[in-house]
Amino acid sequence: MSIVSSYGTDDQGALAHIIRYVLPNSLLNSLALTAGVCLLAGAIGVTLAWLTVSCEFPLRRFFAWVLFLPLAVPGYVMAFAFVGLFEYGGSLHSMLRHYRADSGWLLNVYSYGAIVLVLSLVLYPYVYLLARNAFQTLGQRSIEVGQSLGLSVRQSFFKVALPMARPWIAGGILLVAMETLADFGTVAVFNYDTLTTAIYQAWFSLFSLSAALKIAGILLLLVVVVTVLERHSRRQRQYAEGRNAARNTKRLQLGFGAQTAALLFCSSIFMLAFVLPLGQLLYWALPNLSQELTVRFWSYVSGTVLLATLAMFVVVSMAVALAFIARQKKGLVVTSAVRLATLGYALPGTVLAIGIFVPIGYVDHWLQSKGLSSGLLQGSLLVMMMAYSVRFLAVAYTPLENNLLRVTPSIDLASQSLGVAGMAMLRRVHLPLLGPGIVTAMVLVFVDVMKELPITLMTRPFGFNTLAVRVFELTSEGMWERAALPALAIVVVGFLPVYLLIRSTEVSPSVRASK
Amino acid sequence: MMLSTRRRHSHLLSANCSHHWLAVLLVALCLSACGKGVSEADSPAKATAQEALHSEPSGSLIVYSSRNEQLIQPVFERYREITGVTIEYATDKAGVLIERLKAEGENTRADLLLTVDAGTLGFAASEGLFQRINSPVVNEVVPAHLRDTDDLWTGLSLRARTIVYSKERVDPAQLSTYAALGDPSWQGRLCLRTSKKVYNQSLVAMLISEFGEQETEQIVQSWVANLAIAPTSNDTQVMQAIINGQCDVGLVNTYYFGRMQVKQPDLPLALYWPNQGEAEGGVHINLSGIGLLKHSKNVAAAKALVDWLVSDEAQAIFAGVNQEYPISSSTTVDPTVVAWGGFKASEQPLSDAYKLQPTAVMLFDRVGYR
Repeated sequence: MSIVSSYGTDDQGALAHIIRYVLPNSLLNSLALTAGVCLLAGAIGVTLAWLTVSCEFPLRRFFAWVLFLPLAVPGYVMAFAFVGLFEYGGSLHSMLRHYRADSGWLLNVYSYGAIVLVLSLVLYPYVYLLARNAFQTLGQRSIEVGQSLGLSVRQSFFKVALPMARPWIAGGILLVAMETLADFGTVAVFNYDTLTTAIYQAWFSLFSLSAALKIAGILLLLVVVVTVLERHSRRQRQYAEGRNAARNTKRLQLGFGAQTAALLFCSSIFMLAFVLPLGQLLYWALPNLSQELTVRFWSYVSGTVLLATLAMFVVVSMAVALAFIARQKKGLVVTSAVRLATLGYALPGTVLAIGIFVPIGYVDHWLQSKGLSSGLLQGSLLVMMMAYSVRFLAVAYTPLENNLLRVTPSIDLASQSLGVAGMAMLRRVHLPLLGPGIVTAMVLVFVDVMKELPITLMTRPFGFNTLAVRVFELTSEGMWERAALPALAIVVVGFLPVYLLIRSTEVSPSVRASK
Repeated sequence: MMLSTRRRHSHLLSANCSHHWLAVLLVALCLSACGKGVSEADSPAKATAQEALHSEPSGSLIVYSSRNEQLIQPVFERYREITGVTIEYATDKAGVLIERLKAEGENTRADLLLTVDAGTLGFAASEGLFQRINSPVVNEVVPAHLRDTDDLWTGLSLRARTIVYSKERVDPAQLSTYAALGDPSWQGRLCLRTSKKVYNQSLVAMLISEFGEQETEQIVQSWVANLAIAPTSNDTQVMQAIINGQCDVGLVNTYYFGRMQVKQPDLPLALYWPNQGEAEGGVHINLSGIGLLKHSKNVAAAKALVDWLVSDEAQAIFAGVNQEYPISSSTTVDPTVVAWGGFKASEQPLSDAYKLQPTAVMLFDRVGYR
């Protein structure tokens, strides 16, 4: 709303300056970064999903679940852990120099490649998760179909399995794209100029809100384009699968060479995305343990958990409601409204939070004039929940939407013929079938809110702090070693939800049905 | 039967569509009430906050601060010990806090805005966020060029942005002014922090006001040409790069140097005070300051806090906890800070710093200083 209205206002020359000197570079960087991350995260996610679902190799079960763990690591934490590892004076360089080895071959952590790598390692779990969902329910059928048509295993994968899994993979890549476009914390660590940094510069350094909003408009436009591309790739296909889809869970046996390759790939991703960064964080955190592990630290932990749990229930309820509305009424208005509602994911958190403050201020003022106590809304968790809903609806909606695809029209007809219709059908038939989707949505929202920073900073009640806020306070003063403990705590808090997620995706609903 | 095994799930997810909206509404109402209770119960320093909030309004104050929490908490805690007034604060980046105040308008619950840069205070004042402080104590203690000309804000502590150099590789006789860092002799030996940080913007704003925009653009351009590595995201990295041998000189805020010195007493770095000659302007200084918000509901209590913050005791904590200079030259200075030596500081009125910050930012973009 406020973005559209800004197009009519004057900008005191700031916009002209930005268009000439800043925008070309930032736009290009944003596009290049998003493209790079989508490609890399997509490739990693899909490959890992295929390997851990459909192929058999040693330690498959172990990797299947640990490869989820990077979900719990925030982008900015991964970024500063990587910088600590790879920068010139950092851990790896020092270690190599200590052993008199040449350290020049190490990754230049301030390069484009490094940023793409860091963001991909943080975001591939979204693609991994959704692709696993797809491959699990499609089972071996796609490969069998392909083989019966005379295609080799490799060809079956590319010609049958992959296209069938496309809506799930596209959904995952869409989330990755939106996260990358909206990201500020990670690119700030690398001092990489993107559209989001341009928005911040226009707003807070050039003091021009209107210029900032116009750039935000460009950002949203990019997101709309990406979303349209994703929908287009799904087209009109019905992806509902039959009941018996996953009954045959026999996995492909790989040859020795292929097994080694699979193992190497999985372990290197695990090392890079989890072991190395966490090792660096531990190395920083241990000397400072007594200093940081105070009573206040535990209040940060409880604050984080409380906030994430609340947001989880609120946002997922909204997403479920939205998913059903979209399913029942398939008009253009509804679908556009849905897409609009989920765009919030691509907006940088600060832009969103300010956008919420203005109407909240009005409502609060109105409440005040009616005699209710002032400040009821402001500085309360309600504002936070509203902002989180706008921001994270897409995260909750995508897994639900994909699961809904699987609820066939024939199920609707069958339940109606059994006398269960309307609300009862929703409750007793649809929601249970959506079960895994809802669990996925809840976990993703929990983990995202736990990692979230700009909205939390701006809207939190006085004195209320989360681990992410603590990390920000310390890193903004360059105290990275002390920030390591709260950063680690964020990851550890995320372990339980991620574990629940893994449990829920282990057994697909159709297998349970056969019991 | 398929449906019977679903019962477990349907119990878990028993709210159907219409119940959803009701549930969401109920949750929303609870949240707004719960939010208050949670925030008060959580914070250890506010055990008495619940009484304070519900009794007379002057019992508590709310400060929006872009100064880090661990730097303001000791000061506010001491104030609570002395006067019993509880201070709640919200920390965030200065620009975000200002936008929030503008959006909240008259409905804001905040009383004071505390920032770490004179430019942001000036900008907040120009946006009409402040009211006059009108305090004889402040007017007496704080030098005129360190508070707003219209009495809308006052500085609380000082820091300098100055040259840091490697004791092993640089002879201080080779250093002279900020501009001289652009000389060819420093090619490949200079490290700078990112232009996105307000400290650099203020520094260059001072140079623009002292030497004019064109000359300053040439200065900054020559700095960029001398960079050894890409601009870093903070001052500590600049100093670390000098220690690692990636460069030999850099520009940092004095307190970052102080912090590093406390952690490593045998630091191979030293500070140099540039622009000490006649008509060279002096070292660039900046301040951490506070302003009284126009829509504060507790003006008297807020003014009392400001008066206390410029007192010797408060200054000792406020400036001492971060190795900064106190705002008044008569207050005793932390010994570590004294050891850096005296210098001639810039007399530029900091009230006007904000006007030139956007100019500085646009200059950075033109010369490619990231």
